[in-house]
Amino acid sequence: MKLTTKEQERLQTRELNRRDFLKRIGYASALALATGGLGLALYDPKGPAPAEGQKALTGLGDFSRRAMAPGQAKMAIIRGTDRAVMVERGVKALGGMESFIGKGDRVLIKVNAAFATPASLGATTHPETLAAVAGLCFKAGAAQVLVTDNPINNPDSCFEITGLAGAARAAGARVIAPRPALFAPVSLPGAKLLQNWPVMAGAFTGVTKVIVVSPVKDHQRAGASMTLKNYYGFLGGRRNVFHQDINGIITELSQLLKPTLCVLDGTVSMMTNGPTGGSLSDLKDTGTMVVATDPVAADAVGVELLGRTLADVPYILMAEKAGAGQADYRRLNPVLLNTSA
Amino acid sequence: MRIVTVRRISQIFFLVIFLWFCVTATLGANWWQLRGWPINWILDLDPLTFLATVLATGTLYASLTWALVVIGLTLFVGRFFCGFACPLGTINQATGWVARRGLNLAGRMEANRHRRLQSLKYYFLAFLLALAWMGSVQTGIIDPLPLLHRSVNLALFPLADNGLGALSDEPRAYASAWLIGVVFLGVVGLNLVLPRFFCRFICPLGALFGLLGRFSPWRIGKTEDNCGDCQICEHYCEGACRPSGTFIGGECVLCMNCMNRCPAGRVTFAGFPSAAGEVGLPDLSRRGFIVAGAGLLVASMWEVGGLAGAGRDPGLIRPPGALDEGRFLARCIRCGQCMRICPGNIIQPALLEAGVQGLWTPAVNYRIGRSGCQPNCIACGQVCPTAAIRPLSLDEKQGTGDFAAQGPIRMGTAFVDRGRCLPWAMDRPCLVCQELCPVSPKAIFTRTGFEAIRDGEALQARVEGSGVDLEAAIPAGANLASGDYYLRPAGQPEAALRRITGVSGTRLTLERPLAADGLAADKARVDIVVRLARPFVDAARCIGCGMCEHECPVSGRRAIRVYSENESRSRSGRMLI
Repeated sequence: MKLTTKEQERLQTRELNRRDFLKRIGYASALALATGGLGLALYDPKGPAPAEGQKALTGLGDFSRRAMAPGQAKMAIIRGTDRAVMVERGVKALGGMESFIGKGDRVLIKVNAAFATPASLGATTHPETLAAVAGLCFKAGAAQVLVTDNPINNPDSCFEITGLAGAARAAGARVIAPRPALFAPVSLPGAKLLQNWPVMAGAFTGVTKVIVVSPVKDHQRAGASMTLKNYYGFLGGRRNVFHQDINGIITELSQLLKPTLCVLDGTVSMMTNGPTGGSLSDLKDTGTMVVATDPVAADAVGVELLGRTLADVPYILMAEKAGAGQADYRRLNPVLLNTSA
Repeated sequence: MRIVTVRRISQIFFLVIFLWFCVTATLGANWWQLRGWPINWILDLDPLTFLATVLATGTLYASLTWALVVIGLTLFVGRFFCGFACPLGTINQATGWVARRGLNLAGRMEANRHRRLQSLKYYFLAFLLALAWMGSVQTGIIDPLPLLHRSVNLALFPLADNGLGALSDEPRAYASAWLIGVVFLGVVGLNLVLPRFFCRFICPLGALFGLLGRFSPWRIGKTEDNCGDCQICEHYCEGACRPSGTFIGGECVLCMNCMNRCPAGRVTFAGFPSAAGEVGLPDLSRRGFIVAGAGLLVASMWEVGGLAGAGRDPGLIRPPGALDEGRFLARCIRCGQCMRICPGNIIQPALLEAGVQGLWTPAVNYRIGRSGCQPNCIACGQVCPTAAIRPLSLDEKQGTGDFAAQGPIRMGTAFVDRGRCLPWAMDRPCLVCQELCPVSPKAIFTRTGFEAIRDGEALQARVEGSGVDLEAAIPAGANLASGDYYLRPAGQPEAALRRITGVSGTRLTLERPLAADGLAADKARVDIVVRLARPFVDAARCIGCGMCEHECPVSGRRAIRVYSENESRSRSGRMLI
């Protein structure tokens, strides 16, 4: 190594440079202190916890209409074939959309967009039904209408191919496709399954009303897939593990949120091969639309459309027991309408 | 405008549209997504892909005819593509330029000196063409255009976008992206050793251009030999092609720097030979080509291995419409377009799953991504530039319309692993696979059985109507009130089952009272049984789409898995008669 002239001089004179020496002492001490301090600051005598703790939500919220006028209908069952007309007449029978949606409301519509199959195959919420509901929301003064689901197939494919994205665009609603940032863990009080489980909470930011719009489908494991099963689409993670206790999870899902309104579209029902379908021969014209504030009652009607009984679909009675609604829908005195007449 | 300005504008243009087409290679309905954008245009311009697939298949696939335009132009003016168009060349040139800013002239001259090893790329080319002639197209591994597409598609874009979420809502995953990225970083990093290192020493496409331009009537040259000794032309020569001395035509990438910088204006691009002498190609030795010709031998040995086709990996699932393995390897250039476009993110670059010949070829992995192969999607075949994956119509994929007689495209067959399946091995109801089978009627069907659960047999109980008090503890680990559990009198397998609807302490509530035949109410013995619908696969219906495998809740090694048996693309894989 080459020495500088100054260093050479110093070497020759063997002069002790006090200032240089003190400077070095200073640097070394400062570094020693910093290292020691950092060590103390990061000191962890216990070691890591078995799992990372996260602050969990306790649910997605209660969006049900608070004040019901006395004698106001909670449910309408509409016969017919034109989805838009049936939805409109049904909502009107319940007091009109204005009695659910106020000016400036931000409405989240939960559709079933599970599969990237065309609407004609009936595996997903029909775009006409979505369009009708979204249109009524805007008419009632909603500031924004959001449409969401966490589907099984690629979300963009699902929303496009089912026609739901197109219907949303045409109505002025916005599709919220799932992305990792939307999910947050939920721990439902008293629940056995929904503990520290990711749900699509981010879609609910600023949301004041929730409408669930679902098709009526066969489902071997659950008995039927309608409104309550549609809540499955709020879940993230490897949610299929819950199929081991399908009735248990759907019952817990019925406690995850209380929707403002439920629309169950049984204009065409998937009788077999559900919930995927895939063929027109799996479908049957059942000509019925249910508009209700009660998801359990709505599903109880759907079960009949599929030609089944409540014993075939245990989660309906379980959800009733949990307080999600009324399985004996007739006790709600549903308004019966026929739009084809 | 100076010619180098034109060159730079052209380079930026091609780099920008390359990146733009990579962006638009996104499935979706937005204007910036796959809506007729010619996303393969840069790949289509590639004469090496053209030549290799023509050698391997004897045909020229559709849009690859674009390569003829490039070949035609190269025949007349030389390696214009390297200097004016190649996006990887542009990246190399820019990196080399940044790395050598402030370098003195002697250093520059040393960096741009012609080196004998520049001949290597011609041997690589010979080797790859020999393989292609034997039916194994391996050009894509180091051909700059597929290499760059692959790097951007599978490593760089996912890296950039996974936090951003601009191109896809959910992060994209690609197995062995690290290796693809490291190769790209290596190619770019080599520019720190010498400028345009890859272009000069490795690029088989550049070598092909060099050969094609062998008789180009127009080329760089000096108007007089005696031009002093400034050698400024050598300082900035991108191709290391010796413009001041005996010019090597095949090495010139037409960067035009020599012409631009010559203080005396003695360097021209013209239709006569350089006054200082010229050769068409660098020194190529016979030995080099003999070694390269060993490619024939290597491919032949692969053929020997290929005869052991029966031992192929049954886990290798190719995308729908993929040709049978032999014809597939005669076309695939590993550009990664199918992997980028797949909405499920299940088409993955193979590392060794497809054998040595199949490095980075598309292999379907149903454990990754969003879902199995969506029945309504035909994107991969539509974007494949070489038809290694045939462009299917929806009708052909689904076996409808004109294709009703031949049935749907099958990618393989699902097999239930009864040792891992919850209802088969663990007495737990599940049935996710059956639920998600998209075939109608479903290819997965069930047979239902009732099994007494562990510690649930012959339990002593007191029966009061539909209430049953167990005298033993309730077996742990199952939610008996979930609707899947039933009670029946012990020792009477034929007796009617009663669903358990409630559990409180040791008291079970039943849907209906037990059938009381010979049942002592206060000293009954009962079995707790679980209803198990167990999945079976109807192989004649299964299309191997992998929806079941993807969604199986046994998340590590799935309890239902798709293997290549019965895949449409190969006769040897046929299973059913």
